[in-house]
Amino acid sequence: MRFIFKTDYDQDIRLVQHGGHWFWYGALLLFLLTAPWIFSNYLVDQLTLIGIYAICGLGLMLLSGYTGLISLGHAAFLGVGAYTEAVLAAKGWPFPLSMAMAVILSAITGIIVGLPALRVKGIYLTIATLALGVIVEEILTRWESVTAGNSGLMVKPVQWLGFKIDTASEFYYLTIAIMIAATLVVLNLLRSPTGRAFVAIRDSEISAQSMGIHLAKYKTMSFALSAALTGLAGGLYAHKIRFLSPEQFTVLQSIELLMMIFIGGLGSIHGVFFGATFLIVLPQMISVGKDFLPAAIGGAAGLQATVFGLIMIGFVLFEPLGIYGRWVKIRTYLQSFPFYRKGAFKRQKTFQKSERNR
Amino acid sequence: MNAAAPMLNVEQLSVSFGGVKAVNDVSFAVNRGEIFTLIGPNGAGKTTVFNLISRIYNATHGHIVFEGAELTQVPAHRIAALGIARTFQNIELFEHATVLQNLLIGRHVHRATSLWEEILFLPKVRRAEKDFREHVERVIDLLDLQHYRDTHVTGLPYGARKVVELGRALATQPKLLLMDEPSSGLNVEETDDMAFWIQDINQDLGVTILMVEHDMSLVSRVSHRVLAMNQGEVLTVGTPSEVQAHPGVIEAYLGKTADV
Repeated sequence: MRFIFKTDYDQDIRLVQHGGHWFWYGALLLFLLTAPWIFSNYLVDQLTLIGIYAICGLGLMLLSGYTGLISLGHAAFLGVGAYTEAVLAAKGWPFPLSMAMAVILSAITGIIVGLPALRVKGIYLTIATLALGVIVEEILTRWESVTAGNSGLMVKPVQWLGFKIDTASEFYYLTIAIMIAATLVVLNLLRSPTGRAFVAIRDSEISAQSMGIHLAKYKTMSFALSAALTGLAGGLYAHKIRFLSPEQFTVLQSIELLMMIFIGGLGSIHGVFFGATFLIVLPQMISVGKDFLPAAIGGAAGLQATVFGLIMIGFVLFEPLGIYGRWVKIRTYLQSFPFYRKGAFKRQKTFQKSERNR
Repeated sequence: MNAAAPMLNVEQLSVSFGGVKAVNDVSFAVNRGEIFTLIGPNGAGKTTVFNLISRIYNATHGHIVFEGAELTQVPAHRIAALGIARTFQNIELFEHATVLQNLLIGRHVHRATSLWEEILFLPKVRRAEKDFREHVERVIDLLDLQHYRDTHVTGLPYGARKVVELGRALATQPKLLLMDEPSSGLNVEETDDMAFWIQDINQDLGVTILMVEHDMSLVSRVSHRVLAMNQGEVLTVGTPSEVQAHPGVIEAYLGKTADV
């Protein structure tokens, strides 16, 4: 059992709070840094994709997991980021500038979508974001002079100051660096007043307001930040996939992103990474598992969607907090080892709670 | 500013929802340093008055003047910055955050850092956070919330939630505290604690308190002045005993004696 003796407020502010954190996050970093030497290019590509989806997930988590505004239009921000980066890279803009532009344009799109959020709530807002998703997809298809429409757009590799990042491992390092930076940005926000204001809006708008939080301002800010991070992921996505077409940014993609953070665990940063890993690993597992299934099932169309759906239902029923929720339980079990109580995570009604069974 | 002038002046305040006059021509003044209580049967319009002061509703008529500022012109999110904090009848806490985070949100009005500083978590932000924490710890000390500090609000019993909500309002360092039924749902012992805290907050922290309360023993124990309302209108204002003896108040609660 670990017992943390607190003597300083800094201990609660620090991101790395104790030796265990240092050890495990250090080990993770070491793993990420050495991965290209250990794994094949194919696996490094998969890790890169996990990184890209994680950045996107951070954005969506900030909006849906922390501010409580569910978005079904995030593929649109991903698309805006990806196309901006692709078009500007083709014009020979240096990578940092074109990426900055991709982020800014996505953020502006985010603010535009955020506007209805000031008036509509809950499911109605979700419908508004869904509408945005459809509109952006349509623009990407129709604006052929820029996006090349359905025939698709080839993307140049990353170029800056004469350097060219085009091998799998170089791009992997770029992605991981940006992912870590994005994670730090979100973690910093969450431990400062802005992040707390988001949480306040999620849990009770009326009392957030009476605590002096300007709802419109913070909701717009959340949309802008979320779209910016997703646009950043979009830019990397463009360079990774090297070929963009509008059908990569449909409503289905938005649903997949939302599913990612839901299965990972709403309202946790760990959940983003669990979810991104899940989203990339599961299709691989399914394609491996296919061979062991009877042909009628293994070869059926829509197998992947069915498995995703079943897993989703399973989480809704048994673990609404996603993989992260399960992980917290396992961790608590290990930390409190022989003293784990079966009822520790039992969900109770408020009126059943008392001072005695704490 | 004139120190003798009332802190909060409510003048001919009215609001109607459709045809229902929820609050009708209500006027009262709360003096600095006072504990002022609104009483009245259910539906008398007490909470509506609170919601008008905290700008959740728009008044149809009348003025609310707080330290010279006309509140009916102020947007809802600016109220806290003027020094008015409130609690809610049905507890509106941030359920999926810890008690500490809830109280820290109470410090939001004192935010002095910009988004960019926070993204980089500059030393300035860290200092501000520690300063917030220090204030919040004082509130935790006052309300004996130490062992709940890192508990999620979802895991708290009802009585503790009530105290956390009071703490969150105090963390804003208000000049005027609006308490909507502080004792509802509390047992005798907890109500007793609440009464002590109300007096401490008033006397030691110098916070003026406007509250809505049904428990008459609590009301008479802590309030300096009481205003009785019925059906959106003021019945009478006075000391707790004066108001309790007022025939109109007795009638509002118990009904008229039948003429036999």
